Amino acid sequence: MTTFKTSFSRRAAVKAAMAFGVGLAAAGAMTATTSTGANAADPVKVGLMLPYSGTYAALGEAITNGFNLAVEESGGKLGGRDISTVKLDDESDPGKAVQNANKMIKGENVDLLVGTVHSGVAMGMVRAVKDSGTLMMIPNAGAGPATGQLCSENVFRTSFSNWQPAYPMGDVAYDKGYRNVVTMTWKYGAGEEAVAGFKEAFTKRGGKIAQEIYVPFPNVEFQANLTEIASLKPDAVFVFFAGGGAVKFVKDYAAAGLKGSVPLLGSGFLTEGTLQAQGDAAEGILTTLHYADTLDNPKNKAFRDAYKAKFGKEADIYAVQGYDTAQLFQIGLEAVGGDMARKDELIKAMEQAKINSPRGDFTISAAHNPVQDIYLREVRNGENVVIGVAAEDLSDPAPGCKMATN
Amino acid sequence: MTTAAPVSRPTGAAAWSVPSRFALLLLALAAVLAFYPLYGEALFPGQHDYFLQKLTAIMILAMLAMSLDLLVGIGGMVSLGHAAFFGLGGYALALLGPEYEAANLWTTLPMTLGAVGLAALVIGALSIRTGGIYFIMITLAFGQMFYYVFNDAAFAGGSDGTYIYVRPAVAVFGVALIDLGDAVTFFYVVFAAMMGTYVFLRVLLASPFGKVLRGIGINPQRVRGVGYNPDAYKLVAFVIGAMLAGLAGYLSAAQFGFVNPSMMSWHHSGTVLVMVILGGLGTLHGAILGAFALEILHAVIEARTEHWLLVLGGLIIVMVLTLPKGIAGLLERITAPRANRARTGHEDRGES
Amino acid sequence: MDFTFFLIQALNGVQYGLLLFLIASGLTLIFGIMHVINLAHGAFYMVGAYLVWSLTGVFDSFVVAILASIVCAAALGWVIERFLVIHLYNRDHLDQVLLTYGLILVLNEVQRMMFGSDVHSVAVPEAVRYSIPLTDMMSYPVYRLLLAGICLALAVAMYWIIQRTRLGMWIRAGAANREMTASLGIDIRRLNALVFAAGTALAAFAGMIAAPLSSVYPGMGDNVIIISFVVVVIGGIGSVKGAFLGALAIGLTDTFGRVLLPEMSSVMVYALMAAVLLWKPNGLFARA
Repeated sequence: MTTFKTSFSRRAAVKAAMAFGVGLAAAGAMTATTSTGANAADPVKVGLMLPYSGTYAALGEAITNGFNLAVEESGGKLGGRDISTVKLDDESDPGKAVQNANKMIKGENVDLLVGTVHSGVAMGMVRAVKDSGTLMMIPNAGAGPATGQLCSENVFRTSFSNWQPAYPMGDVAYDKGYRNVVTMTWKYGAGEEAVAGFKEAFTKRGGKIAQEIYVPFPNVEFQANLTEIASLKPDAVFVFFAGGGAVKFVKDYAAAGLKGSVPLLGSGFLTEGTLQAQGDAAEGILTTLHYADTLDNPKNKAFRDAYKAKFGKEADIYAVQGYDTAQLFQIGLEAVGGDMARKDELIKAMEQAKINSPRGDFTISAAHNPVQDIYLREVRNGENVVIGVAAEDLSDPAPGCKMATN
Repeated sequence: MTTAAPVSRPTGAAAWSVPSRFALLLLALAAVLAFYPLYGEALFPGQHDYFLQKLTAIMILAMLAMSLDLLVGIGGMVSLGHAAFFGLGGYALALLGPEYEAANLWTTLPMTLGAVGLAALVIGALSIRTGGIYFIMITLAFGQMFYYVFNDAAFAGGSDGTYIYVRPAVAVFGVALIDLGDAVTFFYVVFAAMMGTYVFLRVLLASPFGKVLRGIGINPQRVRGVGYNPDAYKLVAFVIGAMLAGLAGYLSAAQFGFVNPSMMSWHHSGTVLVMVILGGLGTLHGAILGAFALEILHAVIEARTEHWLLVLGGLIIVMVLTLPKGIAGLLERITAPRANRARTGHEDRGES
Repeated sequence: MDFTFFLIQALNGVQYGLLLFLIASGLTLIFGIMHVINLAHGAFYMVGAYLVWSLTGVFDSFVVAILASIVCAAALGWVIERFLVIHLYNRDHLDQVLLTYGLILVLNEVQRMMFGSDVHSVAVPEAVRYSIPLTDMMSYPVYRLLLAGICLALAVAMYWIIQRTRLGMWIRAGAANREMTASLGIDIRRLNALVFAAGTALAAFAGMIAAPLSSVYPGMGDNVIIISFVVVVIGGIGSVKGAFLGALAIGLTDTFGRVLLPEMSSVMVYALMAAVLLWKPNGLFARA
């Protein structure tokens, strides 16, 4: 062992020092080279900072697919400019959010930053673009402050605020004759904001919240709280859960025998992308959301067919939101003839945009959040069937947003 | 680490006896890093700004890793709650400073360190009653409690976290000394903090206190046998390590302008622990090397392949199997002069 | 809370505790007996859930799928022990942390490549797909009761094997003193491989039989790893009895904590662990 390695020792120090330099150089080489001068022939660069691993990976993939579909449908160009995309896995880790956003902004020099699913990560991204002034679009995360207290010129959202799909359910519940409702969600931002939205509408009408139950995130053991609900005997239960937790909650709710006696209401994510796994347990659940797979309009049909043909799977709400992100950007880019330097005009055009979306047409509020119809849906035969519009052209009140004061 | 002096023979030179070529190598690496702002632009046009802030972020992580190495590698206290102090440092800046103006560094930093130190004193005093794996778990428990307290705290932004709009001001009599808002200045402030942390810990380890602490990490019974109280030493080390982690957290919050409960999560504690082990336990410079290695590998692999988790995980497995003393051990071995080589090799076997 | 609901909550707590014991049982073996800090325990749990989900589709029978999955999981554990863990027995315990951390990353990515990122569920077997009414509002799913029964049986079996059989004696001897055991002519290498494979299979088995209750999704393993360590540590490392009682204590604390002290529910379990360790620094049933 000794003689063999000793012969290398003299050069080793230099070597190792170089290795470090090479490591740095490699880091540089791996990231795509960027041109500094904007040229009309160069593609517009879009950074997709989304979860590509972990619990939210399916959402990140759907958003990416939707975005790419819209770009492809207009011939690989938006506003006459070629579009190039660069992807980055945000790992749904807020601790790395600002750093990762800066990688896109400073390392990749993206013209548009798109992201993300996780609210905490989106907050970090908004923080980063506040400093850099980079144009940013949120294709999912519903954190209220992003288009509320922290709203800014260069940040748009094409999805929803957490308040938005939940608020109309308050009216629906009251109109159904429910007066005494228990709410239940995970103890984190999205859940708290959704429950607050429901509560606002429901109590304004005179309904009463019997109890607000919060489960530590991401705990999925619900039995104790289901027993509590049974003992409270409310008229209905309103919940916000998504993904694996939503599947488990809906199944547990049915297995505990509550499904037959206490109607279950939810923000629509309860039954998005989860119906197959929830099976019969989900039948009859009422939810409110800005989209439904079964929405009957030509745009939605065309979109769903194209999506299925291209990616071999059904489109979902996340794909729609990714698709509309590209559509909104296209409207902005077209208005300035593809010239990213005319950012103020581009932003103005996007503010006044009317997006022809699979969810139905929507516009953009002064706080840069969609003004959209919220549909009332019921789960029938494993599908979210639209049974009405719970709120037309609903706009988030955007508390604290300076752009929305008038 | 081969420099661990037996407690019964406290000679001053032992902790400084880093092999000289190895020391030169470390100095060269430090120089490569220190001069980065000068040559970065030329080497990586278009990427320079990002690399500057990335390196700054890694140096902050390196500080955190060193502070953990003091506990784990030297004092034998494997903590899985160390990120709580990092997060506490960050939240202290966010909550102590005014909302839309720059916080005063001269007041907020001491207050931050004081708060973190106090928290560490309580948690440490309770935790060091246990040992080994139980210590891991009780620190994890306290770390998770902190995590959930801030996750549930509406005044601190809850699970979405909160912003720091302006970087802290460093002024004397109202005159700004340096501008932390400038990326290069901030880089050098963090560089100085990292090197300062390293030198501080080296001096600490060379002191009689450090020798006793190292002895405790190796064999607490023996240290007790010669008349020291291991618990007191461990508690002091725990508090020092936590305060250094708090300093790193303060700097991290200042850099990003954003704090979030995930700073305190056990995942974060675990990642930093991985850096320390990967770099080489108990060496301090190993912690720095580990932080740089893990972060750069992560960035390079991620840019290369969608399946970066697979490659990074595989690399970590290969490294742990082939590098018994981490990256620092590897560098030490390949730089060791002929005469020392046999000795190092011998001790490798002796310890295993 | 009236008395009926108090009883139901107690049942919930016990049932959750038994499930926690099942999840942690594999860790009791690997962590308690081999002294390997296996961070990948949660990943093995996930592997089990995905195995049974995909094999239920193949065999069209939950029970057959479980049996096949157990074999696969044990083989996976055996391979990991033979090719990776075996090199670390004489090294610092922390090297095992690093190795198993790498394993988590690898297994998570393999899961994504093989099964994708969607949420799935496994149907509860037809024979036990009903609930028993407890009150006018509330009923209790039979599968949960069955699960509790399996957990209890498993606890008894583990206790019996480790305390009463020759194999158990070897395992206990190996845990106490590796060299001594080897010198008695026991093949310690084979014993280690066996224990690790069994631990992996147990973790995966927990993922399998919990799958119909829960759902199958990426990252599900990360959510159980910490609670598993908590169970093992509260009870005292290496003690099956301790892990069992620790799991029940956590199940009951979590259940009643949620109802009686909801604002404290997120920290309840950790507060319990901290309190136990402050009272008994080596867990409730530490071996002398």
